[in-house]
Formats: sequence, structure tokens, C-alpha cells
Amino acid sequence: MAKTNLENNQAEFGGNGGALRSPWKMAWRKLRRHRLALAGMWVLIFLHIFAIFADFFAPYSEVTTDRRRTYHPPTKIHIFHEGKLVRPFVYAYNRVDTLRNIYEEDTSTMYPIRFFVRGDKYNFLGIESDLRLFGVDAPAKIYLFGADRYGRDIFSRLAYGGRRSLFIGIIGLVISMSIGLIYGGVSGYFGGWVDNIMMRIAEIIISIPSFYLLLALSAVLPPNIPSDTRFMLITAILGFIGWAGLARVIRGMVLSIAKSEFVAGAEAIGASQPRIIIRHILPNTMSYVIVNATLSIPGFILSESGLSFIGVGIQHPVASWGNMLSEALNLSSLTRYPWLLVPGFFIFITVLCYSFFGDGVRDALDPRSRTV
Amino acid sequence: MHRYILRRLIYVIPMLLGISSLSFFIMQLAPGDALTTMALSPDVTEEIMEAMRARFWLDQPPYKQFFRWITQLLRGDMGHSFLWHAPVTWVIKQRVFNSMLLTVVSLIVAWALAIPIGIHSAVNQYSWSDKLLTFFAFIGVSIPNWFLGLLLLYLNLTRGWGLPIGGMTSIDFAEFTFWEKAVDLARHMVLPVIVLSTGTLASLMRYMRSNLLDVLRQDYVTTARAKGLAERVVIYKHAVRNAINPLITIFGFQLGGILGGASLTEIVMNWPGIGSLMLNAVQGQDYYLVMGNLVIGAIMLIIGNLTADLLLAASDPRIRYE
Repeated sequence: MAKTNLENNQAEFGGNGGALRSPWKMAWRKLRRHRLALAGMWVLIFLHIFAIFADFFAPYSEVTTDRRRTYHPPTKIHIFHEGKLVRPFVYAYNRVDTLRNIYEEDTSTMYPIRFFVRGDKYNFLGIESDLRLFGVDAPAKIYLFGADRYGRDIFSRLAYGGRRSLFIGIIGLVISMSIGLIYGGVSGYFGGWVDNIMMRIAEIIISIPSFYLLLALSAVLPPNIPSDTRFMLITAILGFIGWAGLARVIRGMVLSIAKSEFVAGAEAIGASQPRIIIRHILPNTMSYVIVNATLSIPGFILSESGLSFIGVGIQHPVASWGNMLSEALNLSSLTRYPWLLVPGFFIFITVLCYSFFGDGVRDALDPRSRTV
Repeated sequence: MHRYILRRLIYVIPMLLGISSLSFFIMQLAPGDALTTMALSPDVTEEIMEAMRARFWLDQPPYKQFFRWITQLLRGDMGHSFLWHAPVTWVIKQRVFNSMLLTVVSLIVAWALAIPIGIHSAVNQYSWSDKLLTFFAFIGVSIPNWFLGLLLLYLNLTRGWGLPIGGMTSIDFAEFTFWEKAVDLARHMVLPVIVLSTGTLASLMRYMRSNLLDVLRQDYVTTARAKGLAERVVIYKHAVRNAINPLITIFGFQLGGILGGASLTEIVMNWPGIGSLMLNAVQGQDYYLVMGNLVIGAIMLIIGNLTADLLLAASDPRIRYE
């Protein structure tokens, strides 16, 4: 009995050998108990993998157009043929009304869905390939979520668009976090007039409604730049706008940490100022920063998709979840081809998962906080 | 208190100066100048362009343009809008009211619903209705409001709700009587207000719920119950009042957030506010209008924050600004 008690204690406090469990491991344990947060995390991991390996998961490339299949409806997948269960297959579609884009299935030939097929060529990290997860034989085409105005596959564009829409959040976050941490750290550590001037500058940025600032900055971008450059610049703009609020909070935390004994100790043994700020003070703000980070990623994603949606962010033909929705701004397309709305649900689910996950992280890292 | 307000107002002046400098600087980075779009027109000769450049000081070095803009701004003149062929102040004035109307109505709707729902959720914690409301709150917080706008437009059109699909008034608005005008405006506002208030409502009811749950755990609530007060009195007289206080800080924050968020809603719903004006200005490279919009947006945000601070002081006697 005594032994089991001891083991229990070890499990509770320190794991093997009685060494104290690190705070990160304890946080992970807490997070694992948060079911919604875990579910959110898995969905996010799945979505990110889907986007990274878009070349493999998408049946077509994001720029493959097909003028004969304008606004093609989602392809129906059949599993019954003449009352018997068969392997999943699709039919080819004929456009019966060219003006209103009405399609009908041509049931004369069945086209089974094949896996690991050869499709559009791509280059992923230097590897040239044309292997794609699934596809159907020509002349049939598989449009899981339908096609857009140019006959491009919405499912494929979702995968490729995720590369911008999902990763813009993470990259933008890294930029704004780095600026915010350094800026807030320096401002709080030095205090006095340095602090005063730095905070007034940050406040100017906070006082302009961020969406207006975003719009104005996107106007600065020259119109004819390559899509990669444009993506980088949009990300940089998003990062540039987000840092000020964080800097203000970090500065407040640093102000109080800078008065503590260990900072005085580091100064006494002659550590340099950058070293004190980076090695001794900023790590103490980590748990706040991580919680803030997971909760602010959705903001970046929403800003990018909003900008692209109204046509000033990522531009066609390159896909982003936002610019895929901009076609739905045309009300007659919206009512006739409701599948154009699918990317919106992806944005919604991503944001939802981030808020579940962020809630879990906050509960795990900050014992004082409550779930709101 | 008066001194505090005065100090806050004085403090706004250097801030506005900074904001206008930043706006000017951003527009300097932009390719071309305010007249670039005009130069593309075949009717505009080289002489007219020269004359226009001279008139708007665009042939001068940037620092001179800047001083001209700032001095004009201090006199309440924000320059000329090339898109509207009118002074920027006039163009913005037309739109500010529309945006304010939409924002204020949405905030009122959101607060009027969120407080009772939050109270209900907290009092019936973990009941099925609380769980359902929590579920809706998560959806409301996570759905991008412009996407919600698209969904509502789609449902409105396909399910025959018969609500107007954009704009603020009908074409024959001018001929309506007062009541017809009011009804027409209200019908146009239904969808934008739903879109704009959903996010606010969702987050606010969660805050209200958790605040009230915190307060209900306090000793004085136990005391009130021990005295034999009716549960209704305990909740509405003792607990709710204390739970609402922290929400007032959120108010200012929301006023700012909704200003930025409203622009996308305005664009989707075709609402003639300053958000959609801003997009037109950016797309049309109407630089003075963009700068004017940035400054006006910032002023509205600052007013929002100041209002929140003052409301907080008014509602909580423990807070004293010196």
C-alpha cells in the first residue's frame, strides 16, 4: 500500500526519480484533459497538412481552368449501380444550358474514382511529380465542391488557398510578436522618457482602426508585383499592424519584472542590457505571450481573408480562402451557385478550432484565468 | 473629474498630429499621386495636369505638401476628393452619420440581448439551455461577419424573406411620409444589424455569464441569501449590478472593434458608411479621402475609448481619475 501511495505521489508531482516535472509538461497534461481544445488541435493539424501537401491532396492545380465547365456543380459520387453496391464512381456532366450553366449527368459511362493517379504536374520543395491522391479518367472531372467562374476546382483551390490563408496567420504572428516583444521589452526596461516616447508611438498605431490602416497600406502596394511578393508584403503589413497592442502589455509586465531581485543580480554581475532584456526579462512573459499568440492567430486569418475578399489582398489567379469568396459578392452568382460559399465555412471552422485550442492553452498555462 | 477629461482631450492633440503624419507618410509611399488616375483619361491634356498639380501643390516637395495638409486640417479642411469632386469633409460628413447609426443600433441590440441571456446562462449553469447558448456563442464569435452577411443575403434571396438586399433606403424614399421612411430604413437595417451585432452579442453574453458566476460565489451573496432575501432580489439587486461593471471597459473596446469590423459588413451589405467609402477611396487612389478617413476613424476610436473610461468612472464609485 505504502508503495502505491508513493508511486501516486510521484505520478502527481514528479514522474520518475522524483525530478520535478517541467512546467511545460504539466501544461501539456492539463491541455490533454481539455477535450474541445484537443479536438480543435487535431482539426487544425489536419487542415495544415492538407494545405502543405495541397499538391498531393488536390486533384487539379489551382490555376487549371476549364472554360467548358463554368460553375460546374459539385460532382455527385455514386456507390450504387443498378441496385448493387460498387466502388465509388462519377458520371461526366453535360452543360445543357450554356447561359445559366445548368448541367446534367451523362449516365452512359461510369468513371470510377481512382487513387494515386497521375494528374497536373507540380514542383514541391524541388521534387517534380504528378502524383495526386485521387482523380477520375478524362473526359469526366471530379469537382467535390463544384467549380468557379473559370471552371477551376474549388476543392483544389481550397487546398492551395490554405497555404496562404492558414500560414499568413502564423507568419504574421511571428512578425508582430517579435516586434512587440522587443519593443515592449526595451520600453519597459529603460522606462523614463524612452518609455514615454515609445509608448506614444505605439498608441498612435493602436488608435487607428486597424482595418482602415490595412486598407490604406494595401493601397501602397504596387499593382503589378508577382503573387509571392504580394503575399509576403501583405503578411508584413498584417504583422506591422498587430504589434502595438502586445507591446503595451509586455511593457507593463516588464516594468514590474525589471524591479525584481534577479534583474538587479544580473546587473550586478555585469550582464549587458540586451542580454538582461532577452535572457532574463522576456522569458518571464512567455506564458502570457503564448496564450496571446494562439488567441490572436484567428485575427490575422480573418484580416487576410477579409482583405482578399474585397479584392485588395491576395489577387487572382492565386487562391486564398478570402478571394475565392469574392465571387459570391455578385448576388446572382451567389443564389445560383451556392457552393461558392464553401471557403467561408473553412475560415469559420479554422477560427472556431483556434478559439477552442486557445481556450485550452489559456487554461493550461494560466491558472488564474477562467474560461470565458 | 473635469480636469481628467480636459487632460485626456489635450492629450488627443499630439496623438492626432501623429496619426495625420502617419497617414500622410503612408500615402507618400503609394505609387503615383492623387492625380495619377486622372492623367489616364484621354480628355485631360498636359496643361490641365500641370495646372492641377500646381493647384494641389503636388509639384512641391513632400514636406511642403505635408505642412499644407496639416495647416488645412487644423482649419477643418481635409482637402479635395478627386473621386467625388467635392471637399473631403463634405463627403465624409455624409457617411459618418450612416456608420454611427448602424454601429449604435447594433451595439444597443447586442447589449439588450446579451445581458439577459448572460444572466439566464449563469443562473441556470450547465442546464441544456446554457449549453445550447454556449454553443451558439462559440459560433457567433468564430464566424467572420462578412461571411455571415453573405449567408444571410443568400437565405434572404432563396427563402423569400423579402428584405432589401443592400443600400440604406428605397429609390422612392424621398416621397415617403415620416413613418414610411422610418419603416423603410428599419427594413434596410435588419440584415446589417444582425450581422454586426452577432459577434458582439456572442462574446458579451459569455463575459456576462462568467462575471455573474464569479459574483455569485462571493460572500455577500451568501449573506444576502442567508438573510432570507428572495432569490430574484439576490440576483438582480446584489449580483447583477456588480457583474455588469467590468463589462463597461469592454464597451469602449467594442466601439473601436466594431468600427473596423463594420467596414467589411458595410461593403457586403452595400451600406453607405465610411467603411465602404474607405474602400472606394483606396481603390480609386483618392489620397486625400483616404487620409481624411484614417483621421476620422481614429477620432471616432478615441472618442469611444474616452466614453468607456468616463462611463466606468460614473458607474463605479471606487474609480477616481485625478
